[in-house]
Amino acid sequence: MQKILVGIKRVVDYNVRVRVKPDGSGVVTDGVKMSVNPFDEIALEEALRIRERGEPVEIVAVSIGPDDAQQQLRTALAMGADRAILIKTDQMIEPLAAAKLMLEIIKKENPELVIVGKQAIDDDSAQTGPMIAALWGRPQATFCSKLDLKGNTAVILREVDAGLETIEIDLPAVISADLRLNEPRYVKLPDIMKAKKKPLDVIEIASLGIDTTPGLKTLLTEPPKPRAKGVMVKDVAELVDALKKRGLVS
Amino acid sequence: MSKVLVIGEHDGHKLSQATARCVSCATQIPGAEITVAVFAADPTAVAAQAATLTGVTHVLTISGAHHAHPMGAVLAPHVVSLAKGYTHVFGASTTFGKDLMPRVAALLNVPQISDAMSVEGAYTFKRPIYAGNAIVTLEAPADKILVATVRTASFEPAASTGSATITAAAVSVEMPTHTRFVSVQAASSDRPDLASAAKVVSGGRALGSKENFELIFKIAEKLGGAVGASRAAVDAGYAPNELQVGQTGKIIAPQLYMAVGISGAIQHLTGIKDAKTIVAINKDGEAPIFEVADFGLVGDLFEILPQLEAALSQSGAK
Ligand SMILES: Cc1cc2nc3c(=O)[nH]c(=O)nc-3n(C[C@H](O)[C@H](O)[C@H](O)COP(=O)(O)OP(=O)(O)OC[C@H]3O[C@@H](n4cnc5c(N)ncnc54)[C@H](O)[C@@H]3O)c2cc1C
Repeated sequence: MQKILVGIKRVVDYNVRVRVKPDGSGVVTDGVKMSVNPFDEIALEEALRIRERGEPVEIVAVSIGPDDAQQQLRTALAMGADRAILIKTDQMIEPLAAAKLMLEIIKKENPELVIVGKQAIDDDSAQTGPMIAALWGRPQATFCSKLDLKGNTAVILREVDAGLETIEIDLPAVISADLRLNEPRYVKLPDIMKAKKKPLDVIEIASLGIDTTPGLKTLLTEPPKPRAKGVMVKDVAELVDALKKRGLVS
Repeated sequence: MSKVLVIGEHDGHKLSQATARCVSCATQIPGAEITVAVFAADPTAVAAQAATLTGVTHVLTISGAHHAHPMGAVLAPHVVSLAKGYTHVFGASTTFGKDLMPRVAALLNVPQISDAMSVEGAYTFKRPIYAGNAIVTLEAPADKILVATVRTASFEPAASTGSATITAAAVSVEMPTHTRFVSVQAASSDRPDLASAAKVVSGGRALGSKENFELIFKIAEKLGGAVGASRAAVDAGYAPNELQVGQTGKIIAPQLYMAVGISGAIQHLTGIKDAKTIVAINKDGEAPIFEVADFGLVGDLFEILPQLEAALSQSGAK
């Protein structure tokens, strides 16, 4: 194996309690902490572990986003990616367009593996991985929680609703990382210094010649309906009584 | 007129309740004509169940040994070849649907609406973003096939008063061989299914061990309910992955949800927001789980659960 592409999305940090703008035009992102999508960190960690197991692979981190997404790519480089590519845009990019843009990079780089997170925690769409695989005409292993490379194939353990599924796929392929694939490493200060010297290419989105006009129109963004205020009960007897009144316990 | 193709989900014998919820979403599209497609090694039994779903007029069966363990990468080209002639293609927002539908959408070169939670019009749907902290209303182009996954917790299952016609469909597409099923290690099925159970008891990190997690199973048994878990409990190995509830686990809407030793992180809460009654048991009175609980009880779960079990035995719960 020679090359792995990893998708890195800049998203609102998972610890931030996101607020909707009063005019319904979106959520507040100004002055909010931004991070690498947690599932993308897991994706990158898996690529790093493949390399550490002795595969002489080059690991390329790719992001689609604003100029500031360079910060997240620097984090990826500090974790251990060899180089990074930013497809620069201030536009909102839908998963289908993201997949088409990734395909352009794939055509240039010819990786054997593309690893992405199973979902991004901003739009929670969970589409980009399978869409890349579809357009590329290659296998996909979504919700991957274990990855074993065997020559030109990979054996994948997937977290599915029923339990755990094992599939075998031919390479090249797209993997989408689930939570328990691994635990990403923390970056250390010397790695951050080293990362500054690693190559980070910025590509203008227009240069790829892909139509990225959103297909879906967002008409409104609103806060969820709040739940009715509850009550505190003092002990088990009171709790069981309350549940009986609601017909939940006979 | 809207013609909706719903991709049936099943285990080879039984149609999943997720499909009945998907159909229920489709019926809310004004004047929709609904077809359920059943891909299986032998679709007979599952198709018969699909035909009874209220609102379904046609069931298409596609049989073949290669459909015994459907996988998105293999199934997608088949679905695409059926999709022509439909205005909408729906699948449930399950791991099956999430694997399949985006691949279908990309092959059709159309955007997908994930986790549709309400129908505002034939091409307008609401869906949650940011772990449910915001809800967006999306409009899809009416001149293209709309591919969507349906957030099952938002829709009651369709009733079974229907009698749709069942037709075998011929699909001739090249079978991708690059993706091969090996095995599945399924959870024991003698317990109520987490996704569809009326009552769910969930345990968190506070349980401390796999052995202690048995306390949760005991309460669930007394209530006749299913068991769930927080991510922390699954990561620690106290409970298997398929029991994880939340943004990146299962999104559920039971009548009763009992969260025991779970702090109530936003990623967990998004999985339970539609539960009718939420009970929280936590020793920390400030835990965020109490903000969404209908009934909160502050205390040590290791004292409370045995008392609760005894009380439920007395009341003869079930
Ligand atoms: C990308 C991402 C995705 C995630 N997806 C999910 C998801 O799908 N589902 C999910 O659940 N989480 C998810 N999480 C994790 C989430 O942020 C929390 O870390 C997790 O839910 C915490 O689990 P917990 O409540 O069991 O543990 P903790 O937060 O550690 O809470 C334990 C609670 O138990 C209480 N407690 C301790 N001892 C006792 C006792 N003896 N009696 C009673 N109470 C006691 C404590 O007061 C505390 O409130 C995700 C996180 C990320 C970053």
